[in-house]
Amino acid sequence: MKANTIIEAKHLSLTFETNDGPVHALKNVDLTVNAGDFVAFIGPSGCGKTTFLRVIADLEQPTAGSITVNGVSPREARLSRAYGYVFQAAGLYPWRSIAGNVRLPLEIMGYSRAEREERAARTLELVGLTGFEGKFPWQLSGGMQQRASIARALAFDADLLLMDEPFGALDEISRDHLNEQLLALWAKTRKTVCFVTHSIPEAVYLSTRIVVMSPRPGRVTDVIDSPLPSERPLDIRESPEFLEIAARVRDGLRAGHSYDD
Amino acid sequence: MSWGVVLGAIGFWLAAWALNAWLAQRTPKGAAARRAQRLVVPAIFGLSLLVLWEGITRGANVPTVLLPPPSMIGERFAASTGILWADFKQTFLQAVLIGYALGCGSAFLVAIAIDRSPFLQRGLLPVGNLISALPIIGIAPIMVMWFGFDWPSKAAVVVVMTFFPTLVNTVQGLQAAETMQRDLMHTYAASYWQTLFKLRLPAAAPFIFNALKICSTLALIGAIVAEFFGTPIVGMGFRISTGVGRMDIDLVWAEIAVAAVAGSAFYGVVVLIERAVTFWHPSVRGQRD
Amino acid sequence: MIARALPVATVVATILVLWYLFAVILNAPWERDQAARAGAQITTSQLIANTMAQKRPVLPAPHQVVVEIWNTTALKKITSKRSLVFHGWITLSSTLLGFAIGTVMGVLLAVGIVHNRAMEMSVMPWVVASQTIPILAIAPMIIVVLNAVGLSGLLPKALISAYLSFFPVVVGMVKGLTSPDVLQLDLMRTYGASRRQTLWKLRWPSSVPYLFTSMKVAVAASLVGAIVGELPTGAVAGLGARLLAGSYYGQTIQIWSALFAAAALAATLVALVGLANRIVLRRMGMAR
Repeated sequence: MKANTIIEAKHLSLTFETNDGPVHALKNVDLTVNAGDFVAFIGPSGCGKTTFLRVIADLEQPTAGSITVNGVSPREARLSRAYGYVFQAAGLYPWRSIAGNVRLPLEIMGYSRAEREERAARTLELVGLTGFEGKFPWQLSGGMQQRASIARALAFDADLLLMDEPFGALDEISRDHLNEQLLALWAKTRKTVCFVTHSIPEAVYLSTRIVVMSPRPGRVTDVIDSPLPSERPLDIRESPEFLEIAARVRDGLRAGHSYDD
Repeated sequence: MSWGVVLGAIGFWLAAWALNAWLAQRTPKGAAARRAQRLVVPAIFGLSLLVLWEGITRGANVPTVLLPPPSMIGERFAASTGILWADFKQTFLQAVLIGYALGCGSAFLVAIAIDRSPFLQRGLLPVGNLISALPIIGIAPIMVMWFGFDWPSKAAVVVVMTFFPTLVNTVQGLQAAETMQRDLMHTYAASYWQTLFKLRLPAAAPFIFNALKICSTLALIGAIVAEFFGTPIVGMGFRISTGVGRMDIDLVWAEIAVAAVAGSAFYGVVVLIERAVTFWHPSVRGQRD
Repeated sequence: MIARALPVATVVATILVLWYLFAVILNAPWERDQAARAGAQITTSQLIANTMAQKRPVLPAPHQVVVEIWNTTALKKITSKRSLVFHGWITLSSTLLGFAIGTVMGVLLAVGIVHNRAMEMSVMPWVVASQTIPILAIAPMIIVVLNAVGLSGLLPKALISAYLSFFPVVVGMVKGLTSPDVLQLDLMRTYGASRRQTLWKLRWPSSVPYLFTSMKVAVAASLVGAIVGELPTGAVAGLGARLLAGSYYGQTIQIWSALFAAAALAATLVALVGLANRIVLRRMGMAR
């Protein structure tokens, strides 16, 4: 295991026992994520991408195989607050202001009052929400709420960011905007990001590596290292290199029967 | 029998109704004007009912032991403030408030105590729901036997009446926090108590206040009716039942007026606190109309 | 099914055990007192046995209540003045009558409120406010006053029950009749449906779940109203009367058996409404 390996999964499997029989959410997944990677997981529903993210976060337990996060088990990584998780919905507490929401993990983890305020201000500035500290979640648009959720995940300086379709509920224009901002954030902070999506352009645009997954059973069909440069304006999405990668992703999905009925 | 007075009263009521019908059709501009409309219309209706009541009882010479006119009740009210205050103190300030605090408070603590045992919750919730539907008032004579004639026995009835609705609603409220929110707390490696205080209790607040509102009414009813079963010579229920026995009907109505005002004021205070604590909930945020 | 019954059974069993325990504890002082007066010693086992068989216990043991209920129901003629069935029927009849009147009036008022803006704005706030007023406190007065006019027996009590069941039904039905989506109402408008058609085809079916929920509350309130309505008439007939008589004469077991009969009645009525709820919803295809 190299010094900068953040996540290492070997033969990772997860089978759910349901009333309709066993569901193989993940089968024999082998994957390595290195420091500073931006890894996109793409596939249709049931391909295991969210499940894999949740196993990394110690929100699910694998039934076979192994996985280490920062060299230790996911549980130990969680207890040492090694990652920040961003859900599909912003999930901000409506009874707390935006700054209050960003301070939530800091309160739980025992940061001092001065530190809490400094970190909240800093991360809100990072996501461009300075001036909205005192507002309440319902006063903000969906995109802004999601940005606050990202600020909350950044507040305690975890080096690993786990994001589960964070922009899925937003309209395309907001999505484009947030994609740009997320990329700029990543360039600035150099965190390791695992990003689950079911949008092919989003996956190709954001990542340094694309993991294509397919369902029944949930498995990895292709891992594509992206040759795109790290400086990416939005209109790189019309470039031939981009379209080539997107085509390769689509082929991977088709090979995994993602387009079958 | 003064037909003039009776017809005048009915006429007033009809005119007020017509006025309200006209007012209801207006769509005023501005939030303040709309709020005013929502207050003025029921106020006019209430006033017209009072006038109707006064007019018919006076004009048709309804025997005052049957139904006294509002003006007579008002007079009796003003003349009996001493008695009314003593009754209020006995029933409301002691039996109701103390019973309410004890009943709701203990139910809240029990709900938190059984929070970690889904088994106990599954057992207590159906039992609690059942007991909430029963005529708890019936335990009043038993409480008198155990705690004596004075206000503690009435407070005991209030405690039992308010305990179960609060327990059921608090347990339901504690289950209200979404799975996603609890997962988030899990990723922070938050302890049980941190999750309870920072997430689950605030999320449970709307449910808890729902119970507190219901229980405010139940508490007053419980204390007054419990007094029908025996009480020392003071108390709102006592005054009503003995007043009825002596045909002292306007004192009874004066007492009822006190009970009505106390009941709505109590409920109103709980609503105000609810608005302050659950300011974030859609139902409070002004998503009406 | 077993998984759901076990916790409830455990809780109920625990309650029974605690009840027996407290019966012994609370009744013991009197027992010791009696023994001291007779100048005799009393063994613990004798003490425990006696505490569960007192004539006027502070807390009757469960089996004493059961025996009393059995004695006053199965072993008495239904027409006897001592029969719980007789008293139960008196209370039940005014409960049912009041419930029926209250529900019908409640539904009618709700329909009026939903269709007439003046009614909605003038009456609804008072309906909501009156729920905070302890209506039950007026019960004695209403009974006595109506008796003076010549209305006695069933009707005054039924009127109190009706009044108590009226309010939950109004509030619930207004909520139910206004529950359809704006989408659905717009669709009706595109069909050119009249207000009556919209009422019958859309509003009324949507309000059925709300109606049953409020009927559960209403029937329980109606029963309480009937019981309290029996108190002022000098405790002649009905379960409330039995409660009052028991408390006047210190007959604890009688109080508890009347209370249990009332509780059983309440539980049965609510269960029946729940059953009706399930049947109706299933026939409407709305069963969940």
